[in-house]
Amino acid sequence: MNRMDRSRCGLIAIAVLAAMPAAAQDLTLYSGRGETLVAPIVAAFTEETGINVDVRYAGTSELAVLLQEEGGATPADLFWSQDPGALGAVADQLATLPDAITELVPEALRDDENRWIATSGRQRVIVASTERVDEAEMPASMLDLTDEAYRGRVGWAPTNGSFQLHITAMREALGEEETREWLEAMIANEPVVFSNNSGIVQGIADGEADFGLVNNYYLPRFLASDPEFPVTSAHFEDGDIGNLLSVAAIGITASSDQQEEAAAFVEFLLSAQAQQYFASQVNEYPVTRSVVLRSDQPTLESLEASAPDIDLNALSDLEGTLELLREVGLL
Amino acid sequence: MIAGLAPARRRSAGQIALFAPALAVGALMLAPLFYLVLRALEADAATVVSLLLRPRTFELLVNTAALAAGVLVLTTLIALPLAWLTTRTDLPGRRILNVLAVLPLAVPGYVMAYALIGLSGNYGFMNAVFGVTLPRPEGWLGATLALSLYTYPYLYLNLRAAFSGLDQTLEESARALGCGPREVFTRVTLPHLMPAMMAGWLVIGLYTIGDFGAVALMRYEAFSYALYLAYSSAFDRLYAAWIALILVVIALAVVWWEARLRADVRLARTGSGSGVRTRRAALPPAARTAAYAFSGTVVLAALGLPIAVLSFWLLREPIWPVLPDLLRSFGQSLSVAAPASLLAALFALPIAVLAVRFPSPLSSLVNRLAFVGYAIPALAFALAFVFLALGGAPFLYQTYGLLVLVYALAFLALALGPIRAALYQARPSLEDSARALGYGPIGTFIHVVLPCIRRGVTAGLVLVFVVAMKELPIAFLLSPAGFRPLAIQLFSRTSEGMLIAAAPYAAAIIAFSGLTVAAVLRHEGRLE
Repeated sequence: MNRMDRSRCGLIAIAVLAAMPAAAQDLTLYSGRGETLVAPIVAAFTEETGINVDVRYAGTSELAVLLQEEGGATPADLFWSQDPGALGAVADQLATLPDAITELVPEALRDDENRWIATSGRQRVIVASTERVDEAEMPASMLDLTDEAYRGRVGWAPTNGSFQLHITAMREALGEEETREWLEAMIANEPVVFSNNSGIVQGIADGEADFGLVNNYYLPRFLASDPEFPVTSAHFEDGDIGNLLSVAAIGITASSDQQEEAAAFVEFLLSAQAQQYFASQVNEYPVTRSVVLRSDQPTLESLEASAPDIDLNALSDLEGTLELLREVGLL
Repeated sequence: MIAGLAPARRRSAGQIALFAPALAVGALMLAPLFYLVLRALEADAATVVSLLLRPRTFELLVNTAALAAGVLVLTTLIALPLAWLTTRTDLPGRRILNVLAVLPLAVPGYVMAYALIGLSGNYGFMNAVFGVTLPRPEGWLGATLALSLYTYPYLYLNLRAAFSGLDQTLEESARALGCGPREVFTRVTLPHLMPAMMAGWLVIGLYTIGDFGAVALMRYEAFSYALYLAYSSAFDRLYAAWIALILVVIALAVVWWEARLRADVRLARTGSGSGVRTRRAALPPAARTAAYAFSGTVVLAALGLPIAVLSFWLLREPIWPVLPDLLRSFGQSLSVAAPASLLAALFALPIAVLAVRFPSPLSSLVNRLAFVGYAIPALAFALAFVFLALGGAPFLYQTYGLLVLVYALAFLALALGPIRAALYQARPSLEDSARALGYGPIGTFIHVVLPCIRRGVTAGLVLVFVVAMKELPIAFLLSPAGFRPLAIQLFSRTSEGMLIAAAPYAAAIIAFSGLTVAAVLRHEGRLE
């Protein structure tokens, strides 16, 4: 290849690269939350502030690992996680949030040192087929799912962030050994493996599994488009580990050079508009008090009675959970 | 700069000008592997042993082998009879059948998986249209079906060429010497088809080992899916690095084994005289019916199924609201595929010139290196680049530039083939004349060489472009934030069970690749 050709190609390459959308003032968001839930709220933020947000969608733990690997060189300004655990795992890379933001949310729903903050609440529930499961078969505790009666009938998603947080909470509440034994007994009971929560709910409707362990807000989305959808959801008995109450949460990276814009995004997520969106469109539980709820929507407080008593700040050992899941052969 | 057009004494300078970029490309191929090995070796021996000697590793190995075996058998069962029917029989409609047999190339494995999944279940096509609820296809069977229906045309194309090139006098001699039809097939025809068969098997085998989308959607735990799981959810990337290394070794072993088998084969005609023209067998009516039933089933499964299922899901909801998103996605796919195909062609030019005009051990080494990116499973190749970018070139990390570069390297082999073939046909004497008439090396290249090989360059560009437009695993690992090409949109929606939302993206991919495959077929037709 000759010089003229090469310089011509170089020019083409530069022109092509320059045309790529990568303006410097854009915020970069790592989102462990799914695109269908996140994209509308990001669009609303951009419309209101004029700040563009580039989103990298991936699994929550994948992004946590990525942040650790990237360290201070990360392009991310914000990390929006399915659970506080992944944020806890990268907490030393996060900036302290301004007081104006932290005071919007009760203390139990943010980091001890204010490096991450909840954006919405959710609960783990059990979903079941209305066609193949009757009332009497519903388990009282999540731990009962290892019984012979549930062999080959339970759907779960071991690679999903919410499931992994649930295991972290189990390790915290029941201890390492009991959690391992439960996992091994579950695996021996031949669960149906899915890659995410929506897949589980859809899979139960399609007859692949009869029960499923998911977050509370997935089923209502299916019911909204089809009231006859043959799946129902239920809680375990009060205080059972299966009823874990958790939050989606967000933090700003310490290395971000756009702290103000990033803080504006967090504040936007806690605004009445966004909280209302989470409650009514996503079927999550709001974390601020500024929201008017429908009568059939529970508040976080009303759910606390059913949930096990676990401090969200104690759930940062994602690494130990992944290690355990790998040891029992789920990853 | 091109041999023949440079005077003898300047040849060495010209060669250096060619070798420098060619070797640079070779180095770019190997550098990520170096980082991959480096990363893998960071672990102490005990950790590696405990990671690798788990029952799970063995399970993955067995699963991957079972999948490859299943796909190779099924594609052969489809492609061999089809190729025979279109080249050796008088089956009416064989020309149309030939086109229909190749078109499934436009339906990538993960789209085929989407179609198979969309067929089943309570809300699926079969239940809505025929009232039959099929179980969701998954595991070995689902993955084998999805991959076979997509990849069999690679084998079909190879076998068709081999059937056409096979000298029928050989078969006649065998018959004259007393062989029955079956014996003629197994002792004469089949051995002569073997090189084509192996070439097809190699492409399909490598694709199967490296496939990520179809096996992930079918929830089949093959090596590449496990690599993705290890990458996305293990805390250090060590296990991922080791799985990637194993994948690289498997792929290289397959390539080596195929080359060794091929080296022992001698099948050329000897003696004087020319082969006879192909004579087509007249099919009796019963055989004709069977032939139509067979080819109809294949076409229905590989083309009818995705189109029917897709139309079904597409019509469930109006498409207008998602059109802006769809267009943006299309534009994003385009913004990477176009520069990647240009870059691949630029990389391929000096390498092709070296192979054709300056054959030497060094130039054949460079030409082998050019295939590394194609042979190595895409996820492993991409992961190696993640390590390279993080370890040695942080400015490249998560950029469009890196994605374009990796595409260009991964698909370099696709661009190299046609360009090299075109150069073999371009006569060096033309270049000499141009030089004698006063053109410099640049002028000769632009005014003489380039027009001669234009068709080859275009073919290479188009091939890389099409493949890059629908590529999934590399985009999965290396996409910059905010980059959502068609393949990723489709994959993430399908894996969440949102088949309606995925349909427009699947349609866009099929429509685009279908048009391109049709264009390539027409182009081929004109050449013939």
